[in-house]
Amino acid sequence: MANALDSLYQQVILDHSKQRHGSGLRDGFLAEDHQLNPTCGDEITVRLHGDDALITGISWEGQGCSISMASASILSDLVAEGLSREQLAERIELFRALMHSRGKGIEQDDEPLGDAVVLEGVSKFSARVKCGMLAWVATEHAMTKEHGA
Amino acid sequence: MSSTADLTPTDPITDVEAKQLRNDFPILEQQVNGHPLVYLDSGATSQKPMCVLEDEQDFYEQHNAAVHRGAHTLAAEATELFENARATVARFVGVGADEVVWTSNATEGINLVAYAIGNASAGRGGAAAERFRLREGDEILVTEGEHHANLVPWQELTARTGATLRHIPIEDDGSIDLGRAAELISPRTRLLAVTHISNVTGVINPIEELVALAHASGALVLLDACQSAPHRPLDLRALDVDFAVFSGHKMLAPTGVGVLYGRAELLDALPPFLTGGSMITTVTLEASEYLPAPQRFEAGTQRVSQAIALASAVGYLEAVGMDRIDAWEAELGQRLVRGFEAIDGVRILGPSAGVPRAGLVSVDVDGVHAHDVGQYLDSLGIAVRVGHHCAQPLHRRFGVTASTRASAYLYNTTEDIDAVVAAMGEVRDYFGAK
Repeated sequence: MANALDSLYQQVILDHSKQRHGSGLRDGFLAEDHQLNPTCGDEITVRLHGDDALITGISWEGQGCSISMASASILSDLVAEGLSREQLAERIELFRALMHSRGKGIEQDDEPLGDAVVLEGVSKFSARVKCGMLAWVATEHAMTKEHGA
Repeated sequence: MSSTADLTPTDPITDVEAKQLRNDFPILEQQVNGHPLVYLDSGATSQKPMCVLEDEQDFYEQHNAAVHRGAHTLAAEATELFENARATVARFVGVGADEVVWTSNATEGINLVAYAIGNASAGRGGAAAERFRLREGDEILVTEGEHHANLVPWQELTARTGATLRHIPIEDDGSIDLGRAAELISPRTRLLAVTHISNVTGVINPIEELVALAHASGALVLLDACQSAPHRPLDLRALDVDFAVFSGHKMLAPTGVGVLYGRAELLDALPPFLTGGSMITTVTLEASEYLPAPQRFEAGTQRVSQAIALASAVGYLEAVGMDRIDAWEAELGQRLVRGFEAIDGVRILGPSAGVPRAGLVSVDVDGVHAHDVGQYLDSLGIAVRVGHHCAQPLHRRFGVTASTRASAYLYNTTEDIDAVVAAMGEVRDYFGAK
């Protein structure tokens, strides 16, 4: 069995932290949000792309640890499938539950979180949960701004 | 306690003695993530020896009562212990007991001075406080390397008073250029707020020279001694600073107690910051008159057990010997910086090996974020600080948002240093950064 560190830093996470899918802000966005983790200075800007029916992608730019960057990259892949706002909000909630599961993971049908489940190891390290959540919180905030705009 | 100072050994501290000292710190004898704990985060907070914990407990078991009020025996005992603690800590830094104000921490000490000056600027404190009044055109000078605690209160004070906040830039090696400092210090400068030792770079600032420059222009000097008071002999009177702050928890004492030093004539002229009980002479429904310093600045129930424990910590440090602790940490600091310098892709923020520095070193690891570095080290039981260490402007100056800091104290050994250096050497490999 892999040790706790290796379960936190799985190869797929390290790969995503280097080959960052969705990285680079694109024009033509619906809303954007900026999030900062003041304890370590990690930051991210997330833009929502899509139409009235679906969010079809996010573009983002950030700097931070491998966990926060990989999490943004994995989220980008997830959203690229095209999700309704309700589906996206539901996945963010599920991911939040996963991050707060203290290493226990969560029950889910049909694997709506896709590759994001590899981040389950983060939930064992309470100090890193914020890193894992950074892009997801930015996306969540951007969605609320969309309605306010 | 004063008798122990006479017994201070004169031989340098070695690994053998450091390992003996560790026996006084039960927390250090544990396994973390399957490895013996290597605690290299004393710059953030130190561990506490048994004698300090016992003295604090003894106060609660034997002497606890409200101080400076009540006439019963316990109240008198508690008051005497509390004031003896003040005298002990004052002597430790070479000042008078009436010049030591208890605070919750160094941050509160700096805020106390900033708010008191703000109150003087608003007209409080009468003629005596006139000398502190800030007006438009006045300047407060800090450095680019300050901890947020010695920056943000001055941002707030200048915003409230219309004065201007300026800063002395930090050089590439973390040092202050005295020529550039001299250009910035002028008759407009009312206060220079500067750290003695940087909590990021370990640089030891030229305080004597800066004080001379400031005083020649009529400016006061506040010294942030958080990283010096715990680690080296400190004589505030000899340094000739006007105010100084440090925290108990970084020098073997509990959290919740810090010290503000102010020259007696300054403290007696400053209006109060926090007001209420215990700091007054006469109170009517309309107005109040205040006690002289230090009580003027100690409103409300004080941190009595913590102050007594801080005096106990001072006794422990003096028994080991501050000059010996200073020399040991200088050795550990050089070993750290030499070790990190030899690792490909690891950049030191601050002076290189051979340059005098404190026993702390911060690094940037190419291709690996500080959070990930810290996580890797923690998996080996090595505790370091990661992040901006409450010094964002200095990190920006070095072109990074975060760094990894190892900071030593008297209980660390060369084995601890070698462990963090060896682990640091593995980090870039683990994360595939090379």
